[in-house]
Amino acid sequence: MKKIVFVMLLAFVVSAVAYSQEIPQVQLKNLKGKVVNSQDIIENDGKPVMICFFATWCKPCIKELTAFSEAYEDWTDETGVKIIAVSIDDARSTNSVGPFVNARGWDFDVYLDANGDFKRAMNVNNVPHSFLLDGKGNVAWQHTSYLEGDEAETFEMIKKVAAGEPLKEEKVEKDSE
Amino acid sequence: MGYYNTLLGFPNSGGKNDGFGVPSYWANFTNDKLEVTVGHFYEQFGNGLTLRSYEEKSLGIDNAILGARIKYTIVPGVNIKGLIGKQRYYWELSDGILRGVDGEIQFNEMIKSLNDNQFRFGIGGSFISKYQNEDNPIYNLPNNVATGAGRINIGYSGFNLISEYAYKINDPSADNNYIYRPGQAFLINATYSQKGLGVILSTKWVDNMSLRSDRNATLSDVTVSYLPEITRNYTYVLQAFYPYASQPMGEWGVKGEFFYKFKKGSKLGGKYGTTITLNYSRVHNIKKTAINDSTPIGTTGTYGYNTSLFAIGKELYYQDINVEISKKWSKKWYTNIAYMNLYYNYNVLMGTAGHDNVKANIAVVEATYKITDKYALKGEVQAMFTKQDKGNWILGQLEFTMPNWFFTVFDNWNYGNPDKSARVHYFNVGFGYVKGGNRIQLTYGKQREGVMCVGGVCRHVPASNGFALSISSTF
Repeated sequence: MKKIVFVMLLAFVVSAVAYSQEIPQVQLKNLKGKVVNSQDIIENDGKPVMICFFATWCKPCIKELTAFSEAYEDWTDETGVKIIAVSIDDARSTNSVGPFVNARGWDFDVYLDANGDFKRAMNVNNVPHSFLLDGKGNVAWQHTSYLEGDEAETFEMIKKVAAGEPLKEEKVEKDSE
Repeated sequence: MGYYNTLLGFPNSGGKNDGFGVPSYWANFTNDKLEVTVGHFYEQFGNGLTLRSYEEKSLGIDNAILGARIKYTIVPGVNIKGLIGKQRYYWELSDGILRGVDGEIQFNEMIKSLNDNQFRFGIGGSFISKYQNEDNPIYNLPNNVATGAGRINIGYSGFNLISEYAYKINDPSADNNYIYRPGQAFLINATYSQKGLGVILSTKWVDNMSLRSDRNATLSDVTVSYLPEITRNYTYVLQAFYPYASQPMGEWGVKGEFFYKFKKGSKLGGKYGTTITLNYSRVHNIKKTAINDSTPIGTTGTYGYNTSLFAIGKELYYQDINVEISKKWSKKWYTNIAYMNLYYNYNVLMGTAGHDNVKANIAVVEATYKITDKYALKGEVQAMFTKQDKGNWILGQLEFTMPNWFFTVFDNWNYGNPDKSARVHYFNVGFGYVKGGNRIQLTYGKQREGVMCVGGVCRHVPASNGFALSISSTF
């Protein structure tokens, strides 16, 4: 096919997140099969929470969560942050998530979003995609994809949110949009 | 929001996907125990064998249900769902009406004294009815098709067993060539894990289990049942070159997966630990026998054929053996290497005749070097060796990443094509910008044709040449 083809893909989604900045209420399952509510799992005594969407087949996700895992103890000591990993693996690999995570020794709370309900509610298009929530459960910052070294910026943001500092950089960007 | 014209390579079913509009609207009420949705919604019962309504933007799949759904928690651990509606058929609605109920009991949650017990036990069941008016001048087709499934989960400490069995009454359709045989599917998945170790063993057996809300639909249109592939989902380009697709008309498969992490500080673990993944899967046809001497297997308007649960046929559909080792050597160096051996039944899985089945060996080496904390260079070499189909391929990729930006260049070269004039380079350059929840990527190059598969349906992606701009935004 010699023809020049332009492919343009626009995925614009407006969500409830944009208005309330709160986490929508969606049912997830934990690794023991228990049905849990998305608003209940983000409880962390007023400290920040990171929600990381991932899949077992996604290489950048594995790199990101491995990097977070290595730093997790230090991050928690310093800021009290809790990391929640939400797998979007569908029925093909939902049942493999537990062994996959356990073998890697990740100490995060892991939840299954097998039909993408939470993913859709949070407007996640691609994984990895992370949301940083402040102590009140509002989305303070988010990040999509994983580039080498991104964990440094992530930790900067966690520290700011934990200290209650405004995320100046993000504000400027929003004005220019 | 929709598209004026369907994207190249997206399913369209004769122009059904062209157009522009508001595809979804819904109203939702939620409290602690009850959730009511009216409008468009997505739902999955159990492992999806009886019902999975979902959306996969990258494949252009969206079989949302327009109707009403109720989810209710009777007591903790006891959940029921009920729904009624019609499925989205691109911009129209599918002909059939779906009604379904699903219930699940997790005993450890329901019974307080068992809350923290090491032994865990749960059961579930689902039922779906599809109503579609008979439209066939020759055959007397059922207006109502009932499908039911039961499932169970048992756990003890690090051990877990999940199983589901589904049965569908006779449902003559375009998928099964209008035969009157009922359908069945059976899944068993056993896992064991502890810190640093994971083992997965699965098997599945499927016979005539395709269910759509329109009996005449084909391809990826209006699927109701979802038959997950038992094989691993590969993401390296050459490992995903010949992807498996579930065969709803009959397949038996088995899979074993093993994860192990050599501890930090051990001989093989080094300073940061080493992760090894092994997996093996094998899929066969199922054994079918003719209903009598004069009727060939699968004849329209007949019972079709006979088979029995776990009757395994002799024809091999797919086999893969894969080893993957990931290791971080130092703060600067990370490598991932993989080797895969593949058998691919081209005719069955691609729907062709007379094509050679593919036997291939595939090797991947990926290395990342961190120049500083924030600047990194990644190199990747993949090679596939096969005497069949298009012969050998080699792929090289370089990627430079810095805060918010990435630059990539790769070439996928079909150097071993038996037809010398078809030894094409698929060369691509691209860059992207990432900030917060936004990602913009622009690539230029030649895209080879290929197949993308998910949940038993595959989509053919045509070859293209030119710019591709992708914008993904969450705000």
